[in-house]
Amino acid sequence: MSIDVAGPLLPLVPLLVGLIGLVLPPGDGGRARRRLAAGLGVAGAAVALLLAVRLVLDPADDPQNSGLTLANFGYLEVRFGTFVDAAAGYVALAVTVVALFVQIYSIAYLHDDRRYAPYAAQVSLFTGAMLLVVTSSDLILMLLGWEVMGACSYLLIGHDRRLPEAPAAAVKAFLVTRVGDVGFLLGIAVLIADADSTYLGDVLTHDYSAGTLTAALLLILAGVAGKSAQFPLHTWLPDAMAGPTPISALIHAATMVAAGVYVVARLYPLYRQSPAALATLAVMAAITILIGALSAMAQDDLKRVLAWSTVSQIGYMTGALAVGSPAAALFHLLTHAAFKALLFLAAGAVIHAVGTNLMSRMGGLRTHMPVTFWSFVIGLGALAGVPPLSGFWSKENVLTAAAHATEGGETAPAWAAWVVWLAALLSVGITAWYATRLLLRTFFGVSRAYGPDGPDWEVGFDDGSYRTPAVPHDPPALMRWPLILLGIPAALLGLAAFAPGFRTALELEDPHLGVAVALPMLLLVAGAGTAWWLWRAAPGADPALVLGRAEPFLAAGFRLDEVQDRFVVRPVKAVARVVTAFDTNDVDAVVMATGTGTRSAGELLKQAHRRPLPAAAVAVCAAALVLGAVAWWGAVA
Amino acid sequence: MNNLLIALLVVPALGAVVVALLPDRRARLVSTGFAAVTFVLSVLPILVRPNEYTWFAYQPGDGPPMVPWAEIDLPWVPALGLEFHLGVDGISYPLIVLTGLLTLLCCAYNRKGRALAALLLVLEVGVLGTFLALDLILFFLFFEVVLLPMYAVIAGWGGPNRRAAARKFVLYTLAGSVLLLLGVLLVVTSAGTGDLVTLTGAAETGAAELSPETQRVAFVLLALAFAVKAPLWPLHTWLPDAHTEAPTVGSVLLAGVLLKMGTYGMIRVGVGAAPEGAAWASPALGVLAVVAIVAGALICLRQTELKRLIAYSSVGHMGFVLLGIATMSITGVQAALVGNVAHGLITGLLFFLAGTIKDRTGTGSLDLIGGLRETAPRLAGLLGFAAIASLGLPGLAGFWGEAFAVIAAVKRGGPFWLTLAAVAAVGGALTAAYFLRLLRRVTHGPATPAVAASSPAVTRIEWLAWTPLILLTLAVGVVPALVLNDTVVPLANLLGVKL
Repeated sequence: MSIDVAGPLLPLVPLLVGLIGLVLPPGDGGRARRRLAAGLGVAGAAVALLLAVRLVLDPADDPQNSGLTLANFGYLEVRFGTFVDAAAGYVALAVTVVALFVQIYSIAYLHDDRRYAPYAAQVSLFTGAMLLVVTSSDLILMLLGWEVMGACSYLLIGHDRRLPEAPAAAVKAFLVTRVGDVGFLLGIAVLIADADSTYLGDVLTHDYSAGTLTAALLLILAGVAGKSAQFPLHTWLPDAMAGPTPISALIHAATMVAAGVYVVARLYPLYRQSPAALATLAVMAAITILIGALSAMAQDDLKRVLAWSTVSQIGYMTGALAVGSPAAALFHLLTHAAFKALLFLAAGAVIHAVGTNLMSRMGGLRTHMPVTFWSFVIGLGALAGVPPLSGFWSKENVLTAAAHATEGGETAPAWAAWVVWLAALLSVGITAWYATRLLLRTFFGVSRAYGPDGPDWEVGFDDGSYRTPAVPHDPPALMRWPLILLGIPAALLGLAAFAPGFRTALELEDPHLGVAVALPMLLLVAGAGTAWWLWRAAPGADPALVLGRAEPFLAAGFRLDEVQDRFVVRPVKAVARVVTAFDTNDVDAVVMATGTGTRSAGELLKQAHRRPLPAAAVAVCAAALVLGAVAWWGAVA
Repeated sequence: MNNLLIALLVVPALGAVVVALLPDRRARLVSTGFAAVTFVLSVLPILVRPNEYTWFAYQPGDGPPMVPWAEIDLPWVPALGLEFHLGVDGISYPLIVLTGLLTLLCCAYNRKGRALAALLLVLEVGVLGTFLALDLILFFLFFEVVLLPMYAVIAGWGGPNRRAAARKFVLYTLAGSVLLLLGVLLVVTSAGTGDLVTLTGAAETGAAELSPETQRVAFVLLALAFAVKAPLWPLHTWLPDAHTEAPTVGSVLLAGVLLKMGTYGMIRVGVGAAPEGAAWASPALGVLAVVAIVAGALICLRQTELKRLIAYSSVGHMGFVLLGIATMSITGVQAALVGNVAHGLITGLLFFLAGTIKDRTGTGSLDLIGGLRETAPRLAGLLGFAAIASLGLPGLAGFWGEAFAVIAAVKRGGPFWLTLAAVAAVGGALTAAYFLRLLRRVTHGPATPAVAASSPAVTRIEWLAWTPLILLTLAVGVVPALVLNDTVVPLANLLGVKL
């Protein structure tokens, strides 16, 4: 299939499948209807995967401004066209693989959900929107996919009707990213207005003045911070855990959070020209890496540990971008997609089995759930960067790039590279610590399924008895196989750095393991060792207790939600109150006052006409006199 | 083809008479029939659209300043210089089709008897006439024809406070009309003609050009008049009351097409007859537009009544449309045109849905409606679609008008316009905030008693009325060229820009 056909089809197929799926009747339509919805979803993702494979095998070299014209706005021609170079191809491949596994996994995970059909359709739309961002060669179309993702995340996070916090989390996800998108839209508008074109090829080669470019790129970074959950707009991501677990996998691994990193990489020819934008990105990345890692240390909710780890890992990617290595960023994006999807789907299996998200209610699952356990071992190992798992190689790449940039010579200033390098290095130890804690708390030791208060007593007719919890078990095949298959890239994708084709496609540097590896390895061992030692020293106790009074602070994610509430949400509400009051009490009051004013003037005039006879006669005569005088004066003049 | 334009006005007028004479039970069918014929007629001008070659071969300055696809020009009252001059071009065509469509849907949806059906058709005559008129005085006449039927619709079939709301509507917009009349007369007397074809692009042809001072005064008068109709903050306060009280079909037509007369007039008459005045006033217009966007959104955050909230959202959306016009660039005015049509489709749909919800639950209070998706997933899904479309999600119709109004403002350059663009974009985020608040209240959570007691099913006639709006929202969202295809050249003439 020619690339001119395969390129546009790649986002179109999932989008169309999603739209068709939305038309399917919701509600419990019985098996046949469920099967149709599932078939559509899986088929859409599978076709997209095939197209992505086709595009990876033979990517485009040069962008071409072709495609269907959607509209002419004055001089601006908006076109639906795609440009799939090798990097875009690999990202699209990651997106479609994860999307396919998520679709398959969801069939079993949501087997008793009455609103499965719209769910599957929304997953397809989500995938299509992400693929549009990845492939589009037009900035407006990129924005289109970008925002449709926001809407899909809103719909999917709010999917679970049993969770009272789900609607709020959904609204938060949409609004926080939308605030960032204000910047994104303005940044794109500046780029478009200056280049007089919405076409990516024109924008990338246009000669912007330094000030304009930096302003536009900083504005776009606001949108990137929103979508990719970077400080200070990361607050939506942990709350988004209210969504069904496969959706978390989709958002964290393939879509949404990856989009920001990808867009910066796509616009990198512009970012390369702006030290200020890259320095800002570096600071943002460093803060995000540390906030994410530290907050992950204190979480009790299994999914929230993973969510904060995503915040931190995306920080590595933006950090790599900041120090001038989009290749390292994309490589980490790909490996992260594999191991984070694996982790979330495995977490779904755990939650499915024990019926809770809280690690304080887990423990001892290793013997009952071997597949899930090994998935976690691989996923957490890759996350922490244990060699030779995938995360090790990509994280090494990021650290090498940062260390290299500290010597200067890159666009970003050396101090920015130092900040990124230090944060990334420190976080290696922290990541190992919380990954170990998660593994030990969930799978080792004794089961804490009863909670700290012991068994739940049930008093029945026969006798007092306590409920024995069902023995947890590995998930059914539709959920198990995605885990097993995702385990392969999560473990081995790092070795792709040795494959020349892959390396040149991403413009990745040759992997070399020098002495520089020693330092992160040392930190890794120290972090994992500390967590293990704490767990051994006090069996059954949470290693996070060692954090002491910092624990609630970290668990609340540095209380940034409160900051956001105090400085954004409440002021906006207060202003809204004032404006509404002004609108009713002043603007409308003026209007109403003209009404009452006219009426009282009429009233006065009416009073004036009710004079007693003598006064009225005088008035008539006076009026006649005045009129006569006017007439005479007029005649004379 | 010229008879087509006459037929566009005669068919609904005739329909109104026939429907008024029929018994109530036949009214719906017959009125729908007449509206359907009108709709078909309103689509037909596309057939006489000049092909692209001649369209682009034409350069500003070498021909008549405006080339309608079809026109008819009859002397009517020569003594007053009044001509019966109608025409369609790329600017008015989408609005004409929108009017035909919405009236058809409203007639099909209307279950309240022949009088209302007849009034809807009379409204259609007025609105179509406004969009067709190429003579200033004729434009004014049609502009006024709309007023009384709308008053009757609100006062006759509205909610509990309908009389006060209808009175406010009619007096407020009548005050605007006085200004419009003054403006029209000023232009006609100083230019010696009321013909919009002559007046548009007068600067290039040199005929009948108004002095800059006259243009400024005329534009201020006209802009005020259209600002009342559109409505532009702070002249909007008639709108929430009128919408809250109006019956569903009244709200749909009011938001869907009546408001468009204001923005269309601003472009065709305001900018067309007094381009220099418009350029002079554009910073003020831009500021007011941006204030409308932000104020509308903030006020929506505090609303507790469904229809009132949607009405205030119109203030914000019209703010984006006016921002586009204020930039005085082709891109901006195109954004305004597509925003106009999008708002007609989306807000029409929103009012249909709000009306249905209000009819079923017996209340419009957001405190009493909740958990709609538990009992009526389809209705909740549609409301979600309309709300997300209205908050300007790309891929749906609302996006293009908002995004390109911002882009046009950025393109205009300079700190002033960049600030306006930034504030407008922030207003876009606030728009999302209040629509999500609406959805969270209405669709999420447990079902409230009012919702639980209402019937969940969407009837066939409702589907019939809503489906076209849903499909067109999506179609215009994906391919805005549907609306914008033939606007570049007319707008280049209107704004005096060389292509």
